[in-house]
Amino acid sequence: MNEMNEVRKPPVATTGIIGWLRINLFFNWTNSLITLFVIYCLYQFIPWILDWTIFSADFKYNYLGEQITNQEMCSRNLDPENGGACWAVIYVRFYQFIYGFYPRVEVWRVNLAYVMLAFALLPLLYAKLPYRKYFLYFTYIFPVIAYFLLNGGLGFTEVSTNKWGGLLVTLVLGCTGIALAFPIGIMLALGRRSKLPVISMMCTLFIEFIRGVPLITLLFFGMVMLPLFLPEGIDMDGLVRVLVAVTLFQSAYMAEVIRGGLQAIPPGQYEAAKSLGMSYWRMNLLIILPQAIRISIPPIVNTSIGLFKDTTLVIIVGILDLLGIGRGTLADTNWLGLSYEIYFFVSLVFFIFTFGMSRYSLYLEKKLKTGINMGAD
Amino acid sequence: MRSNLGFFSDEKFRSIFFQTLVVGLFALGLFFVISTTSYNLEKRNIATGWSFLQNPAGFDISFSPFLEFKSTDTHLKVYFVGVLNTLLVSITGCIAATILGFILGIVRLSSNWLLSRLVYIYVEFSRNVPLLLQIILWYSILIQLPRVKQSLQVLDVFYISNRGLYSPRPIFESGFSYVLIAIVLALISSFLINRWAKKRQDKTGQQFPVFSSSIGLIFIVPLILFFILGSPLSFEHPELKGFNFKGGLVIRPEFIAMFLALSIYTAAFISEIVRAGIMSVSKGQREASAAIGLKQTWIMRLIIIPQALRVIVPPLTSQYLNLTKNSSLGIAVGYADLVHGFGGISLNQTGQAIECMAIVMATYLSISLTISFFMNIYNRSIQFKEK
Repeated sequence: MNEMNEVRKPPVATTGIIGWLRINLFFNWTNSLITLFVIYCLYQFIPWILDWTIFSADFKYNYLGEQITNQEMCSRNLDPENGGACWAVIYVRFYQFIYGFYPRVEVWRVNLAYVMLAFALLPLLYAKLPYRKYFLYFTYIFPVIAYFLLNGGLGFTEVSTNKWGGLLVTLVLGCTGIALAFPIGIMLALGRRSKLPVISMMCTLFIEFIRGVPLITLLFFGMVMLPLFLPEGIDMDGLVRVLVAVTLFQSAYMAEVIRGGLQAIPPGQYEAAKSLGMSYWRMNLLIILPQAIRISIPPIVNTSIGLFKDTTLVIIVGILDLLGIGRGTLADTNWLGLSYEIYFFVSLVFFIFTFGMSRYSLYLEKKLKTGINMGAD
Repeated sequence: MRSNLGFFSDEKFRSIFFQTLVVGLFALGLFFVISTTSYNLEKRNIATGWSFLQNPAGFDISFSPFLEFKSTDTHLKVYFVGVLNTLLVSITGCIAATILGFILGIVRLSSNWLLSRLVYIYVEFSRNVPLLLQIILWYSILIQLPRVKQSLQVLDVFYISNRGLYSPRPIFESGFSYVLIAIVLALISSFLINRWAKKRQDKTGQQFPVFSSSIGLIFIVPLILFFILGSPLSFEHPELKGFNFKGGLVIRPEFIAMFLALSIYTAAFISEIVRAGIMSVSKGQREASAAIGLKQTWIMRLIIIPQALRVIVPPLTSQYLNLTKNSSLGIAVGYADLVHGFGGISLNQTGQAIECMAIVMATYLSISLTISFFMNIYNRSIQFKEK
């Protein structure tokens, strides 16, 4: 080895932590000034927010050591100088936030349903799960189990849906809406692309109508107009009516997403399937849809995030979801004025779910990209 | 050989058969719904028809900046007030969300790591928390502001309290219409100058200071006219009388909460769209334009943004549509928009559920269609033109 080929190390200032700081934070004068300004703002803001949310906050006891049972006992209401957030309201009302007014003796059923939901979702979310096939069977029958478990019947005492609330309602609406909208969305997407003009026109009209009006009008439709459309004697449950509206809404959006996936399938796939003598349904079920759905999973997750957030709208028609319980708690004189704590908590719960879903969709997109590249080689 | 139903495997026959079947089932369903509905309506003594629109509303609307509304006015007027309020919050929201979204999208791509992370955190929080919750949160912050008597004073003319923002109301005197006409004329002529300058530059390569001349036309000419006419504009200041302000222009907290929540929420989505759009412009474009010696600001304005817009505009359209539809959430804080005023209070008072909902849905549909129509025209104008 001669001297010319000797490997020289890069200058210290361009690598490692110093290099990173130089390139990303102090690249030039304006950049450095911006960095310092942002750091100053964070320095002002972060200690204050940490102090409010954690260090000066009451979790169960106030600063006198008493267990908090109403807002007057919160440290910040006893002594404005001394207290931060009063999380005791969440602690005291935790049951309502998670289960609504579900009877306490029966609450194990909800817990069991939550656990089963996690198991049902597992094979859908994680393709490499061992024994995935058997888990999937469970996923298919889970809705039936969950219905009897939560609602009653088959030996369980009935729990009317007006006792449901909080996270339970949010999850029921979100999961059922997504699960029902998926097959309807597929049918609508196929219908819109159908060669039969009447069917294609009807599906297009339906999809564009639903996408053109706000969800809240559909909820009003479900609440106010649906009972008028049905014959006497059929009294629909409030939650079911809302569910109909949410499902209609979501299926139109789902249809558009799946249509995008269908459009991405090269025509050769259709031709190949037809030349094998496959019928329309066999072609779609065995060849086209599996590919189309695979590539539209990330946008499906994204519309599902949208739906999950939109389930909060049901509070306007009087269903008590997580946000509804929060508002109800605020209306209680015992907890008047704790709006920041309650809204913070509700936002956090929603954030955990939706952020998790969006991360998952990103992960899928990445996986899909590499998958397609491998296929093309 | 497959079946004895030879005619059934004929594609033409099958297509007609299925379509007739679907139409028949649909007609049957429709007939069923209509007959049960008319039966139900009859039983509840609800008369169908549009005559209720002429009946007096009998309630007040707290926020109606464009039309004077009294409780003796008709339901039809409630509808118009609602449409105007919906449009007001949608248009102002779209404008604010676009500006904020573009700024944030560009900042997100800044080379400053800290700044870009900060925007990232904002985007994630704002996108992942339900909009309704954000609207309610903003409203609860606004109504916890000091009472009217202790209202915060900004620049001596604005008063902020839990009743809203009070600002001076401009009073236009007789000559002001000339100033407005001058502004419109200036806008048109600067548009024409822009076109002429572009044509001339394409032909001869000579440049014309379009920007400064337009600024001069739009701002300075009307301003001179304004002073020549003897400043035909005065302000009515809000004054504290008793428990409330009298006079001035009041912007209610419901509107502010809706405006803030809608624009901040949508801006998060728009910033991601803008970021994706700018990133879609290939690196070579930036390098090439730097190589021919364009300034940094010019690279952005002449090379990057026009190409990014092609990617940005279609999803931006759907964000505008979303914002407009989301403005219907005003009902949660009592903002008297279409859904709250006409679809809510009028519906409950008259019981004309089907008519009210039909009108509300039709209105949203037409607003949506109008937005997509104009955005499609704009989209076509900025797409690549095949030569």
